[in-house]
Amino acid sequence: MKKFINKVDNILVESLSGFAKAHHDLVELHLDPNFLTRTNKAQNKVAIISGGGSGHEPLHAGYIGYGMLDAACPGHVFTSPTPDQMLMAAEAVHADKGILFIVKNYAGDVMNFEMAAEMLPFEHATVLTSDDCAVVNSTYTTGRRGVAGTVIVEKCVGSLAETGADLQACKALGDKVNHRTASIGVALTSCTVPAAGRATFDISDTEIEMGVGIHGEPGRRRETMRPADEIIGDCVEAILMDFKTRQLQPSKKHEALLLVNGFGATPLMELYLIYNTAAKLFNLHNLEISRSLVGNYTTALDMAGASITLCLLDDEIKQHWDSPVHTAALRWGK
Amino acid sequence: MKTEFIIEAALAIQQTILANESTLESLDREIGDGDHYINMKRGATTVAEMQADLASLKPDEALNKIGLKLLSTIGGASGPLLASFFMSMAKVLKENGDESNLKIAAAFAGGVQAIIQRGKAGLGEKTMLDVLIPVSNEFVLQATQNNDIKLICAKLIQTAEQGMLSTKDLIATKGRAAGLGERAIGHIDPGAKSCQLMIETVCHLLLKP
Repeated sequence: MKKFINKVDNILVESLSGFAKAHHDLVELHLDPNFLTRTNKAQNKVAIISGGGSGHEPLHAGYIGYGMLDAACPGHVFTSPTPDQMLMAAEAVHADKGILFIVKNYAGDVMNFEMAAEMLPFEHATVLTSDDCAVVNSTYTTGRRGVAGTVIVEKCVGSLAETGADLQACKALGDKVNHRTASIGVALTSCTVPAAGRATFDISDTEIEMGVGIHGEPGRRRETMRPADEIIGDCVEAILMDFKTRQLQPSKKHEALLLVNGFGATPLMELYLIYNTAAKLFNLHNLEISRSLVGNYTTALDMAGASITLCLLDDEIKQHWDSPVHTAALRWGK
Repeated sequence: MKTEFIIEAALAIQQTILANESTLESLDREIGDGDHYINMKRGATTVAEMQADLASLKPDEALNKIGLKLLSTIGGASGPLLASFFMSMAKVLKENGDESNLKIAAAFAGGVQAIIQRGKAGLGEKTMLDVLIPVSNEFVLQATQNNDIKLICAKLIQTAEQGMLSTKDLIATKGRAAGLGERAIGHIDPGAKSCQLMIETVCHLLLKP
């Protein structure tokens, strides 16, 4: 393992401190328990709090600011945060219209946010993101994982909250965006959890992991490395199949948002190559890609690989995606 | 049950977790994300360091305090699950008392019930419950038959071992390995392994002459 580290145990706090210094106009860091809040507390709106294991930067602290989150709770690397973090964050950012938790569907995240919610003295609701279509929701699973599609949910719900909408409206929009979004990821290499000190899984130069999550947990299957178009073709097909299964398949031309997300160690050059092919293939299936996002938005430390996320737009989702946002990792229109 | 014993058990569990670093890490790398050992070590170390705070408390108070501390320390799924176990066990002990093996077995069962409710899981889903549910049932059975602590412990060590091994052939339907489908078959669940190790450690402590 070769990483920029002083002491493995300090990596998270040093990184969060650097983040807070670099973006002091946007975020304020609170330690022990760890959480980050907007520098200027927003008034008279639903307070939106997200969180999860660290190692997925810029998720979630990078999305704190106008038009997205009010607070984020980072856990240890790939480990969900603890309820005291959510409770303190809620106490710091609540603005009389309730608290909305945005939680990725992993057992640990769900349980910790659930326990926080049980102890919370404010009105609250939760949006559970579950966009990963690699995990088929069958008798074998607890449901799909929440991955890069979470960014789209946070952006749209954050926008609606700025208008002063109530808690139930914010939750309803979050659920809708989540329902209309599907993702699938593919890894070329493993990641290395700093405290573990070695790669989470072994993979040769001629292999890929199809259907990976964002923690270096194994994917759905191991495959042979092939030209990019073939891999991307399989990903696009998985997403289209998922929409079909959920009866979301567009019958005529339909607008969509395409997010090509890097896992941390794949250059933009390759991410744009993926975008080029994916957009072309979706076009062949009645989908007009009218909104895009390409870059590292939900990473898995130093894993090489990428995920493709498609969100079926409607007027409401489009309006909230386009509205101004000012955070460390997403900024437009303001 | 004495608080003294709870502290002794906490220290022994910490030693066991530290001694099994490579086992727990490799099990979690195979079907998880490689952080189970780190989380268990963090929890075990935190509880071991609570020695002075626990010493003057009654057993149920000590268990409750351990639960609350774990809740704000471990994170992941293990945090709320183990915290729920200790807090619920404490609650049953407080209501029922702790003066017989049967009462302690009932408290243990209360803790396991809390894990079932929190994790919305049951037997056969390739989790810690594949160890805890049979161990809890066996504990109650042995205590009801009024067997002595030596026999009880021997049975519990055996049951925990069987439960842990049983996870090898299961498809995971809960937890991080639930995304792997059939790929999880052939691998022991890391949470089941750490529970088996903890139960074995406490039983060995009780068997010590």
